[in-house]
Amino acid sequence: MLTLLIRFALRNTLRHRLRSLLTLAGIIVAILAFGLLQTVISAWYAGVDAAAANRLITRNAISLTFSMPLAYAERIRAQPGVEAVSWANWFGGVYIDESNFFPQFAVDANSYFDLYPEFIISPDELAAFQRERRGVIVGAKLAKRFGWQVGDTVPLRGTIYTGNWEFVISGIYQGRDASTDENQFFLHWDYLNEAVKARAPAWANQIGVFVIRFAPGESAAGVSQRVDLEFRNSLAETLTETEKAFQMSFVAMTGAIVKAIQIVSYVVILIIMAVMANTMAMAARERSSEYATLKALGFPPATVGWLVLAESLALALAGGGLGILLTPPLAGVIGSKLDNFFPVFQVATSTVEQQVLAALVIGLSAAILPAARAMHIRIVDGLRAIT
Amino acid sequence: MSTASVSLQHVSKHYERGGQLLPVLTDIHFDIMPGDYLALMGPSGSGKSTLLNLIAGIDQPSGGAILVGGTDIARLNDRELADWRAANVGFIFQFYNLMPVLTALENVELPLLLAPLNRRERRERALFALDLVGLADRVKHYPSELSGGQQQRVAIARAIVSDPALIVADEPTGDLDRKSGEEILALLDTLNRDSGKTIVMVTHDQKAADAARQVRHLEKGELSHLEIRQ
Repeated sequence: MLTLLIRFALRNTLRHRLRSLLTLAGIIVAILAFGLLQTVISAWYAGVDAAAANRLITRNAISLTFSMPLAYAERIRAQPGVEAVSWANWFGGVYIDESNFFPQFAVDANSYFDLYPEFIISPDELAAFQRERRGVIVGAKLAKRFGWQVGDTVPLRGTIYTGNWEFVISGIYQGRDASTDENQFFLHWDYLNEAVKARAPAWANQIGVFVIRFAPGESAAGVSQRVDLEFRNSLAETLTETEKAFQMSFVAMTGAIVKAIQIVSYVVILIIMAVMANTMAMAARERSSEYATLKALGFPPATVGWLVLAESLALALAGGGLGILLTPPLAGVIGSKLDNFFPVFQVATSTVEQQVLAALVIGLSAAILPAARAMHIRIVDGLRAIT
Repeated sequence: MSTASVSLQHVSKHYERGGQLLPVLTDIHFDIMPGDYLALMGPSGSGKSTLLNLIAGIDQPSGGAILVGGTDIARLNDRELADWRAANVGFIFQFYNLMPVLTALENVELPLLLAPLNRRERRERALFALDLVGLADRVKHYPSELSGGQQQRVAIARAIVSDPALIVADEPTGDLDRKSGEEILALLDTLNRDSGKTIVMVTHDQKAADAARQVRHLEKGELSHLEIRQ
């Protein structure tokens, strides 16, 4: 029984080819737009998602723009549960002009990469970086973007640490997986500190953030509390939080934009739901006489409702499926254009799941009223309907 | 106990429009015996189509009883009435009412979806019905690929495929040319004479009425007179 009724419903979807094709195109565009907007949101949260669960970030409790003494490193390392400590300062240089933005950090060459196993660097290149004080490690995407190779000299104009700086690329790191940011630039904190010592000794030996890896079995809250307690009532009190929370604080600054994108993505779905509902209402109205005939033949109202629902779902899922298939390649193209804004621009599994759900909701919601109307149509009225 | 195929007992039907009751049928009382071939005639608005709808169980009377095999179908709920129609009534409409996206075979197979038959049995019966109406060579054609007369023959095949005792036909020749109309009437005659089907037909067409064994005339919702033919 089902085979013939399914065939019936599927053939109904192709009865008004132009109308069905236009509706299908609308669904494809809507699901695609929804997927891309959700991917933008995911890209926004990429840093949060990539954060390691066993890393903590310690910063000055007043603000990230205030620094902490280097001497804190040893005191942090001495805290129970702390396995490793490293540090980094935001460098903020400009390569050629401001439009070539990429994040630059001055890091402790001997310890930093030990805390970030997601950055894959060959031992030779890491050793070369540790030897060469002007050396830098750059991400693979960043190197590709500017055509850099190991051994190239990269000039940066300092904005926080003024003056012209020249660095030599010692190595290029690859991300462990697709969620790893490959757009970063790491220079020697020692090299930067020497320059600061020479120019403004009072500002030397200052750290932007400490990165802590805590031991397995330790709780992030416990270690954070101990570290912050250690520096209570000092000149630079600290605020220690998980790397996820630290990254989240950056996203929170742009929370309104993320919210706006989220709302727009749902509005797109609402619009196509209205378009689809209109298509189904027209289709069902045109078929009143057929639905009445089916009921006259003895088919229960549920069968008639099912026919409307199946037609709506077939259209929505076909459009949704095509939209979902088109999302990754288009996201790839957009991601390559927005590399410097979104280092990680990947369609997440959760986005695909939401797209499938959206297509289902479109199909179901568009069918509810027309199906109910078709189910409750009086046979004598339906048979009189002019089609 | 009545041996009638359908027994209409003081049936009335009215509609409510703007708070007023508009009588359509008043005190209709007659029997349709098994194997009858009855034509209902009358001017537009006389209530003949409404009466046919009541006999077919697709509308409910405002009063009276419609007994079929001892059961008052006016008292059945929608679900029971649908089951009763599926088992007992074959429909033939003026405009054929075939499903445009289904082939002739699939259209004829449609009522059998409600019967406890497997796919092969359904196919066989549908093919047999199409063969009976002379369309064995058109099984894969869609309605749009058939002439009006052929479409009506597919509709007749659909009406008889589940072997109902009663066939109701609403202006079965109303949309057909003379030749096709005659073919359809001949087919109905065969179904009545050879297969013993009870046929109730509404028509404006005197030729169609002449094909029936009885003609009941309606005037303003009331039975006026009966013609018996051989």
